[in-house]
Amino acid sequence: MTKTRKSIKEATILFAGDSGDGSQTIGAQMTETSAFAGNDVSTFPDFPAEIRAPAGSLAGVSGFQLRFSSDDIHTPGDACDVLVAMNPAALRVHIDSLKSNGILIVNVDNFTQRNLKLAGYENNPLEDGSLDRLQIFVVELTRMTREALKDTDLNAREMDLCKNFFALGMVFWLYSRSMDYTLRFIERKFSKKPKFIEANTLVLKAGYHYCDMTEQFATSYEVQPAKFPPGTYRNITGNSATAMGLVAAAHKSGLQLIYGSYPITPASDILHELARYRNYGVKTMQMEDEIAAMGVVVGAGFAGALGVTGSSGPGLALKSEAINLAVMTELPMVICNVQRAGPSTGMPTKTEQSDLLQMLYGRNGDSPLPVLAAASPADCFETAYECCRIAVKYMTPVIMLSDLYIAFGAEPWRVPRAEELAAIDVQFHSAESGTEFHPYERNDETLARPWAIPGTPGLEHRIGGLEKENCTGQVSYDPENHDLMTRLRWEKVERVANEAPPTNIHGDASGRLLVLGWGGTFGAIRSAVDQKRQDGASVSHVHLRYLNPFPLDLSKILARFDAVLIPELNLGQLRHEIRARYLVDAIGYNRIAGYPFEVSALVEKIDAVLGDG
Amino acid sequence: MQTNASGDNGRFGQEPTNTQKLTKKEFETPTDVRWCPGCGDYSILAQTQRILPDLGVPREKFVFVSGIGCSSRFPYYMNTYGFHSIHGRAPTIAAGVKAANPDLSVWVITGDGDALSIGGNHFIHLLRRNLDINVILFNNRIYGLTKGQYSPTSEHGKVTKSSPMGVIEHPINPISLALASSATFVARGLDRDPPHLQAIIRAAYEHKGTSFIEVYQNCNVFNDGAHSRFTEKDSKADNVVILEHGKPLIFGKDNDKGICLKGTNTEVVSLTDGKWKEEDLLVHDQYSVDRSHAYFLSRMSDSPDLPQPFGVFRSVDYPCYEYQLEEQVRAAKEQYGAGNLESLLASGDTWVVE
Repeated sequence: MTKTRKSIKEATILFAGDSGDGSQTIGAQMTETSAFAGNDVSTFPDFPAEIRAPAGSLAGVSGFQLRFSSDDIHTPGDACDVLVAMNPAALRVHIDSLKSNGILIVNVDNFTQRNLKLAGYENNPLEDGSLDRLQIFVVELTRMTREALKDTDLNAREMDLCKNFFALGMVFWLYSRSMDYTLRFIERKFSKKPKFIEANTLVLKAGYHYCDMTEQFATSYEVQPAKFPPGTYRNITGNSATAMGLVAAAHKSGLQLIYGSYPITPASDILHELARYRNYGVKTMQMEDEIAAMGVVVGAGFAGALGVTGSSGPGLALKSEAINLAVMTELPMVICNVQRAGPSTGMPTKTEQSDLLQMLYGRNGDSPLPVLAAASPADCFETAYECCRIAVKYMTPVIMLSDLYIAFGAEPWRVPRAEELAAIDVQFHSAESGTEFHPYERNDETLARPWAIPGTPGLEHRIGGLEKENCTGQVSYDPENHDLMTRLRWEKVERVANEAPPTNIHGDASGRLLVLGWGGTFGAIRSAVDQKRQDGASVSHVHLRYLNPFPLDLSKILARFDAVLIPELNLGQLRHEIRARYLVDAIGYNRIAGYPFEVSALVEKIDAVLGDG
Repeated sequence: MQTNASGDNGRFGQEPTNTQKLTKKEFETPTDVRWCPGCGDYSILAQTQRILPDLGVPREKFVFVSGIGCSSRFPYYMNTYGFHSIHGRAPTIAAGVKAANPDLSVWVITGDGDALSIGGNHFIHLLRRNLDINVILFNNRIYGLTKGQYSPTSEHGKVTKSSPMGVIEHPINPISLALASSATFVARGLDRDPPHLQAIIRAAYEHKGTSFIEVYQNCNVFNDGAHSRFTEKDSKADNVVILEHGKPLIFGKDNDKGICLKGTNTEVVSLTDGKWKEEDLLVHDQYSVDRSHAYFLSRMSDSPDLPQPFGVFRSVDYPCYEYQLEEQVRAAKEQYGAGNLESLLASGDTWVVE
């Protein structure tokens, strides 16, 4: 039969199956392959907290959504063109995100009575007509995988482990992809288990050729490369970018990086990643708890290292005491909070941005520190780097906010050249003869105190959590001094606003509506605003990296719009700040479902706000 | 340069910046010492200040880290680098200091509440990690700074402000806990026995790995006489056994009593009734890798009828955490090449857009 190939602008694919089915692996492979082919990509891995929930259960469904495009894209897409469902539970969980007339590929071998029942289907949806709106491809994926491997010495269980690559092979054919990247990956990944190199290679190709041969598949698709500015690119997740940003800051500054951490979802990958950077001089310390992880970082900062810790909301709650010690002792360090859904343990594998107020205020006393938020996976690099730069320049702990969605999500990143990175000047203090050393004497411009590290002759001094006398650093209970020091700590952090570049306004500099966002909602907001702007609406987008202090020009920007809309994955925490700080009656759009915003929902909200105006 | 597995690099400041030997005075700060008059803390401070000049380490290489409590004011009185941190967390901060700069001589000053209650978790993990840090725990068996509540080492039945009908908890045995945590150096001293305390502080410094010293310290305001059995003239000799490596455990006014191990129990025997000879006694072995010997000795504190051992319970070599960490960095650089900014930015699967 003749097959046709159609050129399309973009596609969104969702791989879903049991947690052990390897959906994350093949999702990542399709992502890398698409990125290599020059597409813009955006991903959304979505998996359960259970490592292995009972096979076939709804709770055990693990999904990986991927969008690739010949255009500049910012989100993994609201709805999918293709759903690969490895079992009935995966179908049930994700069927609603498949577009009308979308492509559904199912592993029919898993559609047993038992699995159907586990997924809550009374009738087999493949037979009852309920999926007629779709292009359904019913594939005996398990049987054909075993068939492909019949001449190998793998047992049935081992054969079944390979079936995700059959699905990947099919998708590769469907989108006219080269298998080269994945073939190399298979060789690397299974270098210690050669029989799986052969097996997975056979199965990948079998999946590809199956589509080529069978009459079921008549059309394949092609997505042209996107237009990227020249440069060197790689695909990167938010957590990897954070790790690299920290290592880059350490090398640029000449400081030793000490990363103290306690495993917690979704921040653990930063620890894993940095533990592999020993040859970059990185010392990771897995500590006994979140408190200890913060404590070593305070100690490392005192001793002259770049101390960094990473955690998520519940961990930050435990760290707040030691963070406050760092505020009082004015030592440089960075705290990465990869947010997840709260409160308490909340939903550890779901995203949210509800720790902003905790980061700004969750410590005893007036305890200000800079807070910066990353907007996308790749932006984590620059944000982490910037946090380190500010920490050592202003001698202060700095909080970097990320979230699960951008931490696990991936996108192409134009890798900066070493010389493009901002300078990080570190000046360890040394004794000057004839002058008495004062540990709290401040730099006129930044109000930073000197970094006087143990081992330096003549600077022996004591610091601690008790209030300090201005300049001398002696313990002081003097009322006027405490008032002064509280204001100095505040003023120092306020001056960090001088580091924020002029705020980028996407769209017109004034108009009817400004959509103001922060953190991982960047992609959804940008896509929604672009869509409305194409329709001619008077709407602009500002996305804040600096959440404390706010950029100096923010006040004026807010005043130039008739209305300000602040979409957040919380009940309005930034809005609370903006209203309090600028007396702007901002409108909120808030959703706390554990998932990123859908672009279409934001568009509707923008419409509603503009309609009201 | 590290020269052996325990991280013996010739110790801190092999090239002293000042060849003149330091004096006790140089380790004192102008700050007024603000413990209550008669507090046992004064002695511990004085013994530390006396020993430090003998160690040949430049003053700037000492870092004293403390938590919260009366004892934790200690760093303010030491003319070295000091960090008066937060309750129970001194071990974590000290670990960060030591990991960042293994060349520093790092000391943790703590108390029974600080180390064993709020900081219990950090305490056991510091010991098992075996960073080359010296820990001095001031054990007065009471909360002094908060004015007289019972502590985790207060004895069962003790009446305090927060236990008017008596403590209903078991006390922690700090030496047993330290041994259970794989501590490589464990010792006990007394605030009222300065020469012995100095010797222990020195031995703790010389040990490579985490050294733990429990000091029986008198709080003369809230728990006066808690340790008087071991300090007063008339009772001391019959209640204190000084541990010396390779020597039998003998005590008493006329060295007339000894300690025997019967099964898993320690017992006091008389050396004058003809039944027991010196050869029958338990001989102290502080270098025993097996922790049982030291553990039997530590449990003697649980019985009010037994004397208590003072001195070094255990001292064994084991690689230090910070040394192994540096060793991994070195090995990784050797295997993969030392990374730099350029190699970092070129890492991963990259492609070029023209």
